[in-house]
Amino acid sequence: MNWKAFFALLGRDAHVARRNVVPLILQTFLQPLLFVFIFGRVMVGSGYMPAAYKSLLLPGIMAISMVFTGVWAVAMPLIAEFQFTREIEDRLLAPIDISWVAIEKVVAGLIQAVVAGLLVIPLAWIILRPGLELHIASPLLFFCVTLLVAGFSSCGGLALGCSVNQQHIGLMFSMVMTPMIFFGCTYYPWSALAKFPILAKIVLINPLVYASEGLRATLVPQFPHLWLPAVLVALTVFDILLLFVGLRQFRNKAVS
Amino acid sequence: MNSAIRTRELRKVYNSPPPAAAGGAPAGMGKRSKGPKAEIKALDGIDLDVAPGQIFGLLGPNGAGKSTTVGILTTRVRPTSGSAWIGEYDVWRDQTAAKRRIGVVAQRPNLDFSLTAREILTFHGAYFGLSSQERSERATTLLERFKLTDRADQLVRGFSGGMMQRMSIARAMMHDPQVLFLDEPSVGLDPQTRLLLWEIIREYNQKGRTILLTTHNMEEADTLCQQLAIIDHGKIIAQGTPEELKASIPGGYLLRLRFGRYPAELLERLGVLSGVTEVRAVGENGVDVYAGRGGSLIPEIVNAAAALGVELSDVHISEPSLENLFLHHTGRSLRE
Repeated sequence: MNWKAFFALLGRDAHVARRNVVPLILQTFLQPLLFVFIFGRVMVGSGYMPAAYKSLLLPGIMAISMVFTGVWAVAMPLIAEFQFTREIEDRLLAPIDISWVAIEKVVAGLIQAVVAGLLVIPLAWIILRPGLELHIASPLLFFCVTLLVAGFSSCGGLALGCSVNQQHIGLMFSMVMTPMIFFGCTYYPWSALAKFPILAKIVLINPLVYASEGLRATLVPQFPHLWLPAVLVALTVFDILLLFVGLRQFRNKAVS
Repeated sequence: MNSAIRTRELRKVYNSPPPAAAGGAPAGMGKRSKGPKAEIKALDGIDLDVAPGQIFGLLGPNGAGKSTTVGILTTRVRPTSGSAWIGEYDVWRDQTAAKRRIGVVAQRPNLDFSLTAREILTFHGAYFGLSSQERSERATTLLERFKLTDRADQLVRGFSGGMMQRMSIARAMMHDPQVLFLDEPSVGLDPQTRLLLWEIIREYNQKGRTILLTTHNMEEADTLCQQLAIIDHGKIIAQGTPEELKASIPGGYLLRLRFGRYPAELLERLGVLSGVTEVRAVGENGVDVYAGRGGSLIPEIVNAAAALGVELSDVHISEPSLENLFLHHTGRSLRE
């Protein structure tokens, strides 16, 4: 394994991310923070939502930010670089197995997703306080869940980025990302679906459900949430599955 | 002697139009329907041996299989069968080792648009494990050599086609590879830049490096390459030095003559002139004469015509050329 080349590839992505830091921040945080403001502040402040909703909402918002960031950070450059210009070619020709070029992208996306997730907490706290009640019983477990969520988002980005063409980006967001977010137990806990038994079972194929519920279990355990060991297993399975599919798609796309 | 580049029985069949990596769809290839998918045979048994330190040219029309050959040798296209080596490394079994030894200039510029010209070179150097000092020194030298210093710190997105092409070549040389692949390097370059490019290629070759370039430009193949393979429909149809190849054309010279209206007897008289191998009537007034000599035949042609009361009104002599060679082997012009 050529770690020198691997870190050089990572260095390249870090360099490009640094150059685009302002649009990157706006893109990552604007939407979730607006959501936090309207639902957590306006709706709760005006009495339409109970005060406890603030704390319930935060893990879901964190999950959305992470998944959006991870998918975006990996899928968008891949879609662009595999297009007509074949920008990725000089990295495919680097003296390293091409699968590692894809893994490097996943690692870069994972780091960005973790940073996005961890930054949303203090930003939301500023908007939502007072009344936000976070109880992180085990920082280690919280970090494990965060890593697994970041992993699923960047592996998902790899799988999507290597399966979608430039002209279908809009479709990818409206057909994949939007339903995933709305059926991802982000704005409500999974237990809220108790009255919709069929839907409650169907949404379990959505990895974002485990992301939201896992963060809920480790950040705000006072609310009902899925059993944490099951969440950890499900997230691990999704991580591995998406990485496997993503790498296969990447290799197919990279070599003709 | 060990070859710098070697292929044996290389075949490639595409089940769908070849993607960008192979330089797009070969036009007019032998398309055959097998089941629902149209198969496109891009390479049909290519054997190449390129000696170290050689400038080797793959010459052929668009869609002949040049880019696919380069694609396979540079790990970008998986062969359907056959094998390819860079030095002692099997390109498909020892990909990383092979990639370490090659530099590649693709047909279309594939620069990293998120980076500046200098960064493209320094990051490329970093992928190949150059130290930071080496990287910045080589980048500066190459930018200077390719006349890109004044744009070094700008994003390459705004570069002109010629600048991007120079940039791609500079990048391929950045890690000083043993073997340099250039796919149609001078397409779209102005004559001045083309000369600069040829000079740089020769210079790089003088350091003992092997260069494989593809071209459909006769002049480039003739002046730059020490060894040539002519490729058409995925097969090599002739191989040798430019001189050997040109000498292999029967006759060699082509004289295109125009007369006033002439009697058929003239063709016979021209056919028996010494050195003439073939005479063909072209339309009512024209005659093509293939011969072993050129200008020295003219007085005899004029005399033969005058004896029949016919006047020679125009003559064009083309010397032995690769163009004629291609025409001879395929019945088609390279430009078709």
